[in-house]
Amino acid sequence: MSDARTAILRRIVEANSSQGTAEAAAESWELLPRDYSVVSQRSRADVLELLQDRLRDYDAAVVRCEPALLTMTLNATLTAASVHRIGIPQGLQELILPAGFEFVIDEGMSPSELDGLDAVLTGCILAIAETGTLVLQSTIDHGRRALTLVPDVHVCLVRSADVVETVPQAFARLQPTATMPTTFVSGPSATADIEMTRVKGVHGPRFLHVILIHDDAAT
Amino acid sequence: MSTGTALDPRTAPPFPIAAARSLEDSQLRKNVRHATDVIQGKRARVVSEMPDWEALRISGEAIRRHTMKHLDEYLRQFEENCARAGGVVHWARDGAEARALVIRLVEEAVENEGPHNSLREVLKIKSMTTEEIQLNQALESAGIRPYETDLAELIIQLGHDQPSHIVVPALHKNRQQIRELFRKEMDLPELGESPEELAEAARRFLRTRFLRVPIAISGANFLIAETGGVCIVESEGNGRMCLTLPRTLITLAGIDKVLPRFRDLEVLLQTLPRSATGERMNPYNSMWTGVQRADGPKQFHVVLLDNGRTDVLADIEARQTLHCIRCGACQNVCPVYRETGGHAYGSVYAGPIGAILTPQLQRLQHARSLPYASSLCGACYEVCPVKINIPEVLIHLRNKVVRRDTAGLRVLGNPEALAMKAASTIFRSERRFRAAQRLGRLAQRPLERKDAKGEPWVSSLPGFFGGWTATRDLRAMPKQTFREWWENRSRNNRDAKYSAEAPR
Repeated sequence: MSDARTAILRRIVEANSSQGTAEAAAESWELLPRDYSVVSQRSRADVLELLQDRLRDYDAAVVRCEPALLTMTLNATLTAASVHRIGIPQGLQELILPAGFEFVIDEGMSPSELDGLDAVLTGCILAIAETGTLVLQSTIDHGRRALTLVPDVHVCLVRSADVVETVPQAFARLQPTATMPTTFVSGPSATADIEMTRVKGVHGPRFLHVILIHDDAAT
Repeated sequence: MSTGTALDPRTAPPFPIAAARSLEDSQLRKNVRHATDVIQGKRARVVSEMPDWEALRISGEAIRRHTMKHLDEYLRQFEENCARAGGVVHWARDGAEARALVIRLVEEAVENEGPHNSLREVLKIKSMTTEEIQLNQALESAGIRPYETDLAELIIQLGHDQPSHIVVPALHKNRQQIRELFRKEMDLPELGESPEELAEAARRFLRTRFLRVPIAISGANFLIAETGGVCIVESEGNGRMCLTLPRTLITLAGIDKVLPRFRDLEVLLQTLPRSATGERMNPYNSMWTGVQRADGPKQFHVVLLDNGRTDVLADIEARQTLHCIRCGACQNVCPVYRETGGHAYGSVYAGPIGAILTPQLQRLQHARSLPYASSLCGACYEVCPVKINIPEVLIHLRNKVVRRDTAGLRVLGNPEALAMKAASTIFRSERRFRAAQRLGRLAQRPLERKDAKGEPWVSSLPGFFGGWTATRDLRAMPKQTFREWWENRSRNNRDAKYSAEAPR
């Protein structure tokens, strides 16, 4: 096996007529052209508006609310989705959750147990307005990856302070936690494999509800 | 559920023969035309809303070119960082080595599951690299059942069919054909034909397997040298199922899939989804690094595959082929692919990118007709998100094919090469050139036919040259060449200074 490694690396060095080094690679990487848009072009209000539009374009449901009204908004969303048994990651125990639902904290449920949930409620690390994307990492507030995958309904809380406009802004924020399991979610699960007709919902959640909480001063 | 015969460039018929067969299948052409029209339209819409699209393409190309220049360094970085995070990195020189490795890893994983779960089953995420090395057939021969989980790959697997597109492998099938297949294979006689019903059938069919099977095999869209992480881009959630529920995950990736740093994804995750499916972002992107204690598989292996890629890297003019990020945009715009569909290319990599990638991975012996499967119109280059100049590489490969075919005595067995040799002898001497023109005018006389306007045409050339006139007419050579007219004119001018009339 190690000889396959040696052989492949040797062939690459021969093809490049030079041996790569960390210094040479780093130096040349810094010089790569990056003339694409990185910073925001829009006002904060417009960025939130854009996120909402792009999410709805993917058939996600979006509601906006003030922090004080979160419990009420959650109640309305969960009721409208007709779900009862709802999985949550450990970090969301702190939330004041609406009464009348069964919230189950994920402490390592089996795949079949996850399959028995009606819905899952999580936070996210950030949202990208331009692409309508929610980014989840395996934190105490977002849960492990399977939790937001197996149940059919995903309700995601997005704080307005965590909304960025562009993809490069998102990557700059994610860099410190780059090695964590990370999932970009853009709308419900979908396929266009049959005659390029977009069908909502194959194996992941078929329904995505986003609650956008206005918690930064700018908005 | 066994897999049909694989697309294998070593045994596939040459492109012109396979293409002629595809062209007779009007249903296939209709399906391919419809699907590629839809994706092209969606792509154009989401690309046009990006004012910095060209800057993203330029950066994408620069990142890929830079990566190839430092490929050994970045692969070492990836290996080190992946291992530090609990992954195990393996290397495979060719398909045979990779197949043996993956089978061994699956056997070990089955053993680790213990006696309570001795089922020899694996889940698979759509991966063109596993198709390239014909992994499913090898797994089946070893008594392991692979379950394809991507909807299109499931359609291919159930139908003992072959992928015909990099991104949408079953685009040659329409809903009625898929319904018939599912009715039979999933035992659902009442199944309707709406895409919703078909997708729902696939969801139910696969869910029990997702919850049961403890081993998964994936490809990779990107490997990240800086972190040792892997990125997979998908739509349905079948990828996420395979990446998070099983206890063992085996990822097979070409050595070309590496990226220098995490930040480089900010370019390619903008251009890939828009180019591939015409979405601003595909529904799910997964990124993970090694093994995490409380999230996902406990055993993680990466197999780094060469299989001809270092040969491509060694060809200075063609190495840009390795920049490809497998978006399939070149297939959707290609006027040849749109008529023939993917199977005619005899390889899992069809369309323009296949026409340059397949012959190189196969070292030209096989698939030597593929560099000619193009009109060189350049549409593929225009849409490529990393600016691979496919026409340039096609011409380079044609050149290599010709040089192979005309080396030494081989020229004698090749009428086209002989004709070219003769032409080059003629063109090198003015005397021979003039003699050939005179001879041509004499020789064409019995073949000439006049059209309604009285213009002479040749519609049937004899023997070897007949191929040229099989599908088109040839304008007859004029009575007088430009040179002759020019010489006469100069002579006449000396006689009558102001008379000059162009030949008709």
